[in-house]
Amino acid sequence: MNKMRALKGWLYLLPAILFLGVFMIYPLFDVFIYSYEEGYNFASSTFFGTGTYNYSYVLRDPYFIAALKNTFIIVMITVPVSTLTALLISLGLSSIKALRDLFQTIYFLPYVTNTLAVGLVFVILFKKTAYSDGLINMMINFFGGSSIDFIDGPYAAKLFVMCLYTIWIVLPFKILILTSAIASVPDVYYKAAAVDGTGSFAMFYKITLPMISPMIIYLMITGFIGAFKAYSDEVALFGTDLNSAGMNTIVGYIYDMLYGNSGGYPSYASAAAIILFAIILTITVINLMVSRKFSVR
Amino acid sequence: MEILLKNLTKKFPNRNKSQGGYIVAVDHVDLTIPDGKLVGLLGPSGCGKSTALNLISGLEKPTEGQIIFGDRDVTDITPQERGVGLVFQSYALYPHLNVERNIRFPLENLKGKDKLTKEEMAKRVMEVAKLVEIDDYLERRPSELSGGQQQRVAIARALVKNACVLLLDEPLSNLDARLRLQTREEIRRIQKQTNITTVFVTHDQDEAMSICDLIAVMNNGAVMQMGRPQDVYDDPSSLFVAKFLGTPPINVFNGHIGDGGLYIGKDRVFDLAGQQRAERDVFVAIRPEGFIPDDNGKLICTPGRIEVLGRDVSILSGHEALISDTGLIRSIVDSDAVKMSEGRQLTFSLKKHKVFVFDRESELRIPFEVRDE
Repeated sequence: MNKMRALKGWLYLLPAILFLGVFMIYPLFDVFIYSYEEGYNFASSTFFGTGTYNYSYVLRDPYFIAALKNTFIIVMITVPVSTLTALLISLGLSSIKALRDLFQTIYFLPYVTNTLAVGLVFVILFKKTAYSDGLINMMINFFGGSSIDFIDGPYAAKLFVMCLYTIWIVLPFKILILTSAIASVPDVYYKAAAVDGTGSFAMFYKITLPMISPMIIYLMITGFIGAFKAYSDEVALFGTDLNSAGMNTIVGYIYDMLYGNSGGYPSYASAAAIILFAIILTITVINLMVSRKFSVR
Repeated sequence: MEILLKNLTKKFPNRNKSQGGYIVAVDHVDLTIPDGKLVGLLGPSGCGKSTALNLISGLEKPTEGQIIFGDRDVTDITPQERGVGLVFQSYALYPHLNVERNIRFPLENLKGKDKLTKEEMAKRVMEVAKLVEIDDYLERRPSELSGGQQQRVAIARALVKNACVLLLDEPLSNLDARLRLQTREEIRRIQKQTNITTVFVTHDQDEAMSICDLIAVMNNGAVMQMGRPQDVYDDPSSLFVAKFLGTPPINVFNGHIGDGGLYIGKDRVFDLAGQQRAERDVFVAIRPEGFIPDDNGKLICTPGRIEVLGRDVSILSGHEALISDTGLIRSIVDSDAVKMSEGRQLTFSLKKHKVFVFDRESELRIPFEVRDE
């Protein structure tokens, strides 16, 4: 009887297991294997030998080093800044009564807007062309500064636009999560604190913050993972040739190795993918360990 | 500290704005809560008792009227300046803090000359924790405590900054029946020990009557009657109060005064003396313990059944003039007095101090005097 039930259980699980196995688990192992096969060729399914050469190549490739650096800078800047900004905006939204729905809608709009469309708008705002220096440069000029080429100019300027763009794109979802988290803190805690004469800042860091910390941790973890996998945002701003723009990311490097101009190196792509996986795993484990220390329940 | 409510009124704007207007939650209440007493605000849900408590605590601002603590007018000052301790229905213990930090929370907000050192805080926390007998659990999180223990932590938190008034909002409603009995005694003990003026809001009349020095029965935002629990029970000023107090509830009949007598339906139950002889329709209410089975009794009922619940023997019977959802008169009688046999007519004589007469229109009490024979 028990055996029957167990069998039935496995039967119900079978579709999901098959699907995940074919499209998630198997590729994961396959990529791992590719990453140790030197000079693998898709067409002939042949390779020269096995070893760690792919890794040493990728780790010495200046394009990979540049991509790694870009990715880390984007992650380290955009995740804390966007989470903090979202928290401030959510607190603002929670404390106003009039027009709250209107503002909530406005802040949520970027979420339903296509990445490439947003990229187009950013390019119009920031790009220098033969005819116009772009809206932002007009403002800089107005205040007495000189024009900067944000899209094709100095690295720092490009990085600035890149981070701004990424933050703007991820903000709506974080605001959505945090406003609902703040709204779900029972009112009675604030009443209790008010009876005890708690100031509004103390209420925030003694009640609101600890009570919504699980959501902040969730946003930090998913934010880190998402930012490490950044690629499409870079394409939207700087086009597909990210290496020559100097704005490539790890995922962009993997894509280039598979299909790009320099393409046709699945072994290198696999090694880079495994490196990215190792980085994300490490960061997530650290995140979880840190967050456990601060966990509420 | 004595609490004085003067002409206290709270109006809320109508939830449905298109209708406009106000809902009057507390309606011109005058109430004196004596120093060091445990006072129960009692009433059905929506009667304004919780709003009254929030007004006393300072969480809500009154629309009209004054609140005076001792000789200090506190109407316009903030909750923490009033020095009240409030225990919420759900306790509102901070789930992310352990018991010790929950109790210490109010002390951390003290500023200026009231500011305490860490050692003083720890000492105060320990004192109240001992008072409510929770000192063994200081390291636990609220989720690791039982309902009764959480309740005590909430009381400790309310008391820790030496509050002069303790306010309890439905403090027992989240506990199971056995714990409720135990906890209400506990509240009584803590109140006695600290001698703090305490206001206790509840819809449960058993709770209020068992532990309160005084009860104030509220309905529709107004205080209907205030007094010692037994006095209010024995001498209700209105039909509402008579119906609200007492389990099992009072039996209400359509009655009539005329011909120098008090009638329930067609039964003339009392001969009246004095001036109360003008013809009028009334309500007659009789406490369950006011019935005496008596073959020569004046109240003639249709027999129902006998119910024995532990020490109580109840006779359930019917009467044409009864106003009741169940259609049954519930009378509690001496077990030796039960001699009812099936099918026969059942007659009761009545204890006159358990019978109350109310006006049909105003539902206010009409005193009556029985002519002695």
